[in-house]
Amino acid sequence: MSDVKLSSNGTRALILVGGYGTRLRPLTLSRPKPLVEFANKPILMHQIEALVEVGVRQVILAVSYRAEQMESELKKETEKLGVELIFSHETEPLGTAGPLALAKEILSQSSEPFFVLNSDIICDFPFKQLETFHRNHGREGTVVVTKVEEPAKYGVVLYGQTGCIEDFIEKPQEFISNKINAGKLFHLIPTNRIELFSNVGIYIFNTSVLSRIELKPTSIEKEVFPFMARDRELYAFELSGFWMDVGQPKDFLTGALSYRMCLYMTSLRQKNSSLLSSETGIVGNVLVDPTAKIGNDCRIGPNVTIGPNVVIEDGVCIKRSTLLEGAIIKSHAWLDSCIVGWRSTVGQWVRMEGTTVLGEDVIVKDEIYINGGQVLPHKSIASSVPDPQIIM
Amino acid sequence: MLKAVILIGGPQKGTRFRPLSLDIPKPLFPVAGRPIIQFHIEACMQVKNLKEILIIGANPAPQMEAFVKEMQTIYDVSIRYLQEFTTLGTAGGMYHFRDQIRAGNPTAFFVLNGDVCADFPLQQLHDFHMSKNKEAEITMMSTEATKLQSIHYGCLVIDGETGAVNHYVEKPSSYVSTFINCGVYITSIEIFSRMAAVFHSRQQNFNNLNGSRDQGHIQWEREIITPMAGTGKLFALPVTNWWSQIKTAGAAIYANRHYLELYRRTHVERLANTGFKMTENDGTLICNIIQNVYIHPSANVHPTATLGPNVSIGPGVTVGKGVRLRESIVLDNAVIEDHSLILHAIVGRNARIGCWSRVEGTPSDPDPNKPFAKMENLPLFDNNGKLNPSITILGSCVTVPSEKILLNSIVLPHKDLNRSFKNEIIL
Repeated sequence: MSDVKLSSNGTRALILVGGYGTRLRPLTLSRPKPLVEFANKPILMHQIEALVEVGVRQVILAVSYRAEQMESELKKETEKLGVELIFSHETEPLGTAGPLALAKEILSQSSEPFFVLNSDIICDFPFKQLETFHRNHGREGTVVVTKVEEPAKYGVVLYGQTGCIEDFIEKPQEFISNKINAGKLFHLIPTNRIELFSNVGIYIFNTSVLSRIELKPTSIEKEVFPFMARDRELYAFELSGFWMDVGQPKDFLTGALSYRMCLYMTSLRQKNSSLLSSETGIVGNVLVDPTAKIGNDCRIGPNVTIGPNVVIEDGVCIKRSTLLEGAIIKSHAWLDSCIVGWRSTVGQWVRMEGTTVLGEDVIVKDEIYINGGQVLPHKSIASSVPDPQIIM
Repeated sequence: MLKAVILIGGPQKGTRFRPLSLDIPKPLFPVAGRPIIQFHIEACMQVKNLKEILIIGANPAPQMEAFVKEMQTIYDVSIRYLQEFTTLGTAGGMYHFRDQIRAGNPTAFFVLNGDVCADFPLQQLHDFHMSKNKEAEITMMSTEATKLQSIHYGCLVIDGETGAVNHYVEKPSSYVSTFINCGVYITSIEIFSRMAAVFHSRQQNFNNLNGSRDQGHIQWEREIITPMAGTGKLFALPVTNWWSQIKTAGAAIYANRHYLELYRRTHVERLANTGFKMTENDGTLICNIIQNVYIHPSANVHPTATLGPNVSIGPGVTVGKGVRLRESIVLDNAVIEDHSLILHAIVGRNARIGCWSRVEGTPSDPDPNKPFAKMENLPLFDNNGKLNPSITILGSCVTVPSEKILLNSIVLPHKDLNRSFKNEIIL
């Protein structure tokens, strides 16, 4: 009964999965980015679970690449969650707005607002508050924004006290000063410090937004939002918790340091504490899949994620790293800030650091040193890589 | 009766061996668990009728005293250290102590440079020398080098039939011969009259000297050997035995490997038993050993450590759980904590390396694909002023914190490091 009611009235979400995930290579050479596990769960499942929590019962995935693999791997999970998964295939990359036009038919089936999110985002998803805020201001769209340190990297959103967006700025260094000189005041501009807010990549829209978008490659930030802002139809919602772009290895790893991850890992650690050998020291937050094996005399943590069927032999030290399913870390190895790809093997007394990323099924021979190496799948590394380098 | 002279030079020699020579004279630096010149002494002990070994050098006698005393107790010949009052050059020292060498009327004496290491063929050299029926005043050990490297050594043109040296040039500027002088000789007593001639010609020309050098300073290679070439009095015995100079610290690791390999033939009891320790109770193995490894009996090595090939562990050293050592020398009382890795490195006395550290150098071994290739004694810095990758050396009492990496670096004594270092000299 209630299921029927939810599927017709429940909120919908469109996730922009997009293309090749080049920034997360070499991992995405083996697996589509949304399926890469962050904290032992595919990135996309973090998003879908958070959406389901606020009553979303229909998720549309806008994909242009490797849809079959995603479909087969995700269907089982989403069925468990009672959420309907719809694949919207792009035959050509449609940018950040085009996929909305492509899914117009599905999205128009209900007049309720729908969520849109980029697939690279992990945060303390504020879907409930976002929806409330959106319904309260009653306009066409709401953009989730967050404070940023480096505006040049992200671009900036300018909005007033009510949250009504006035402008988007692509290159803040050049523009901000002009705007200030012009005497135009934006949200929170103290005399010598400007707080900058950037688009996180999470939105909620009324279906009326669909009339603004044509079915062609379109950028939502450049070709849709400026017009919505002009019409005073776009509001900003400030994200209070952490936010990160897991689309790149560095954030992927620093993400593990963040607030929610801490909670996340602490709770999981408590659940799994019986798995950890008494002789092994666990430092800080460590997330261990129940099927992983950890030897004696190890020191694991802080901020380490250990995937299913991972084997860690005796005397290993691991910090700030993610070991994906089936990885083997042989005895006395030392790892800091690394991602070890699926079924990769790290030899005895190996030292790896500096955001080293091993693709799938990589073998690092005993006693090797790798600093900032990005190793493509199926490679065997027999000599040290002391300086950051891509190993083809 | 025979004697032997080991020439060790003085403290101003061996600077390229720093920082290892800062707290121990280079000739006493332990390789394969023994001071470098103890191998010279052991080689002399294999020669029949050798009665006395004289060590000549400019190092202060107290530095040599304990060593000489110990040698006296081990070996059944007279072993003495003769200190030059000033550096007299390779031949000057021998001439100065000529009465000591001649005492007891030896038929001949060996002259061994202290900064070479080899599988010394002394008896063979002696027999060859004597076969020349007094024709030979000096016979030197010779080995072959590559064409390119030969010019860094004394080069000799040898008569293929008689072994007479027809031509000798010390460090020629262009290629002369691939046969080089190994710094190992047997010499007849008559040689002192040649030295006397050089010495007296110096006195005659005293006024021409600029006074910077003592008149007793005589260079063996340039002033004695070179003029003898072509006179029918100088002979050479080319051999294929292993031989190398020990100029740089990197050469110590190379020498270590070869002396350990030599033990396999001559003193297998000195080597640790080889194999993987499957059970704690396997008493025949100290730990996992990949041949060849020397471990001093007083060292404390954890059974889960893996050592070798080419590792020497000095007295009182502590090696922790799961430590890996390869191509390295660890000196007295150093401590290597659990899970650390030491490759191509020398760990000084009382040094301490924390857990999960990596101490790694780059070997400077001769190219194994080139026959007769010798060790390249690279300068510290290349033409661009960058440090040439070398073995990593920790001076005495250096501490390396846990989980750090030390790559191709040289650390002078008594430094407490607080971070990782790569390609640096740490003063």
